[in-house]
Amino acid sequence: MSDDSDNKAYWSANLRLVGICLVIWAVASFGFAILLRPLVAGISVGGTDLGFWFAQQGSILVFLVLIFFYAWRMNALDREHGVDEE
Amino acid sequence: MDQTTLNFIVVGASFALYFGIAIWARAASTSEFYAAGRGVNPIVNGMATAADWMSAASFISMAGLIAFVGYNNSLFLMGWTGGYVLMAMLLAPYLRKFGKFTVPEFVGDRYYSNAARVVAVICLIVISVTYVIGQMRGAGIAFSRFLEVPIDIGLYIAGFVVLVYAVLGGMKGITYTQVAQYCVLIIAYTIPAIFISLQLTGNPIPGLGLFSTMAEGTAGAGQHLLVTLDGLLTDLGFREYTATTNPWLMALYTLSLMIGTAGLPHVIIRFFTVPKVSDARWSAGWALVFIALLYLTAPAVGAMARLNITTTMWPAGIENDAVAEADLPDWFETWKVTGLLGVEDKNGDGLIQYYNDANPDMAAIAEERGWAGNELVTFNRDILVLANPEIAQLPGWVIALIAAGGIAAALSTAAGLLLAISSAISHDLIKSVFRPDISESGELLAARISMVVSICVAVYLGLNPPGFAAQVVALAFGLAAATLFPTLMMGIFSKRMNSAGAIAGMLAGLISTCLYLFLYLGFFFIPGTAVFDSSQYLFGIPPTHFGPIGALFNFIAAFLVSRATAAPPQEIQDLVESVRVPRGAGAAQAH
Repeated sequence: MSDDSDNKAYWSANLRLVGICLVIWAVASFGFAILLRPLVAGISVGGTDLGFWFAQQGSILVFLVLIFFYAWRMNALDREHGVDEE
Repeated sequence: MDQTTLNFIVVGASFALYFGIAIWARAASTSEFYAAGRGVNPIVNGMATAADWMSAASFISMAGLIAFVGYNNSLFLMGWTGGYVLMAMLLAPYLRKFGKFTVPEFVGDRYYSNAARVVAVICLIVISVTYVIGQMRGAGIAFSRFLEVPIDIGLYIAGFVVLVYAVLGGMKGITYTQVAQYCVLIIAYTIPAIFISLQLTGNPIPGLGLFSTMAEGTAGAGQHLLVTLDGLLTDLGFREYTATTNPWLMALYTLSLMIGTAGLPHVIIRFFTVPKVSDARWSAGWALVFIALLYLTAPAVGAMARLNITTTMWPAGIENDAVAEADLPDWFETWKVTGLLGVEDKNGDGLIQYYNDANPDMAAIAEERGWAGNELVTFNRDILVLANPEIAQLPGWVIALIAAGGIAAALSTAAGLLLAISSAISHDLIKSVFRPDISESGELLAARISMVVSICVAVYLGLNPPGFAAQVVALAFGLAAATLFPTLMMGIFSKRMNSAGAIAGMLAGLISTCLYLFLYLGFFFIPGTAVFDSSQYLFGIPPTHFGPIGALFNFIAAFLVSRATAAPPQEIQDLVESVRVPRGAGAAQAH
């Protein structure tokens, strides 16, 4: 087990990463797909507007990218801070 | 060969496959029974999680939910997938590091309290039992429609099949059966969708077809599919398919489904089966990949089916005559028998007019053209997916595949729920609270007996569904959001959170959610005991949307009570520290 200060740095890096990911998560789903739909209504996609696309497909694709990005970054952080599983 | 025989062969073959897996994947230890020996590859676990999660509701009902409402019901698509982001970042890897077998076990150990453990067991059982009733009903209905056996017999068959592989193999048997069930259900869902998309738009990928232009030879060729659909619906007095109604309520319901999803114990325990913490992270991503394959197709199925139904009812366009009753396609006859579909020639002109007679603007048009109300009187939304192959005039084996797919979706979710229930009983109640000295083989036997009892209860409730089954599903999601999710999350992210805070939080979430549901839907859902009606919702919030508010009460109560009481002991703070870092997860595996 590595020392306390390193674990603290690891944990705050994790919290920062989770924070960024959840902001994107919220902007894609609650934002573009629902509450901010009027703002992006001018952009048309396949016979409707961008908000409709986000609600039916876009947000799911964003969720997918977010989870894989988080997994990749966290597994890298584990190694950087020496807390990965041997 | 007639259709029923073909259905029997395909469904029978899928059952033979599940039994084969059950015999191959027998569980020899509690670790195998509860967590498949923690040896499941993250991609395989992702596939099993997808089958575990996608229930009869996702497979059969979701496309119909979207088809008849349009944009607004996209909330089911986002709500039932967005929870995986929360699970992947806030719960799954840490609970895997903790390295135990059940969700109440984490609550009990982290909050060093058997009271907290028992409250968590109660929440888990209420959530999972409610859920399992719907799955058993779904399987029973699929049996009765496709195999022409009574619903009761269908339920007994479903119960027996789950019994064989869940009791023999526990989590190990369930995992590999779910992988097979995923393959069956995704093929069954996708094939008809591809053909319909090709017919309407010429694009073989339904998700892309939804945003494409109509193919040559269809009504509205060259125009976007969604523009055509919006036009048809407004001409008939329905709301535009792409229109927004109340964005704030939609956002709240989406959030409720997201937090609820992340707090569902039968999904969380799937992440205990992978070998490493890093695998738990990848696995959540793979689960969403396999879920997205269906969830990106579902809105296309919904919109295209709505378009197909509308043009079936108005074959020569809305400005001309409606379809004659005698000319309705064959699948109308098949489904009319089930009572899920009904037409009534109200004005006696031999034609079936389908329009929105509740829209006052349509009254003048109806009078001018001699319509006497909407004549497509019943159209159950669940027909959409089940009748899809018939609507697209696909061969009989595709219809048989849909039968096997619907049953697979129901059984895979039922098995996951039953495992969550039986492991909470055998591991958290019997081993942790009543008989701590029970031996490994004794606990394995107890787990198998709990599984048998849970299946019997599930079949019984499926045979005699409480009249309030629909409302209770709202309770399941609301409770998962208001009780388990905040408690698990604070257990990881707050070292200061203590047992008094956690118990106060869970009770605040549980009581506020139950109270809000009971006030509007009746106490314990008994008809006639509701205090308020739907016009008196607090801030206009329906009970189904209450999850995030219950979760907020949980967080506030937990925070206040924990600050007023002593910090948790040092060893618990060390436990939280160790859960936060992946190193050492291998040691916990030996457990």
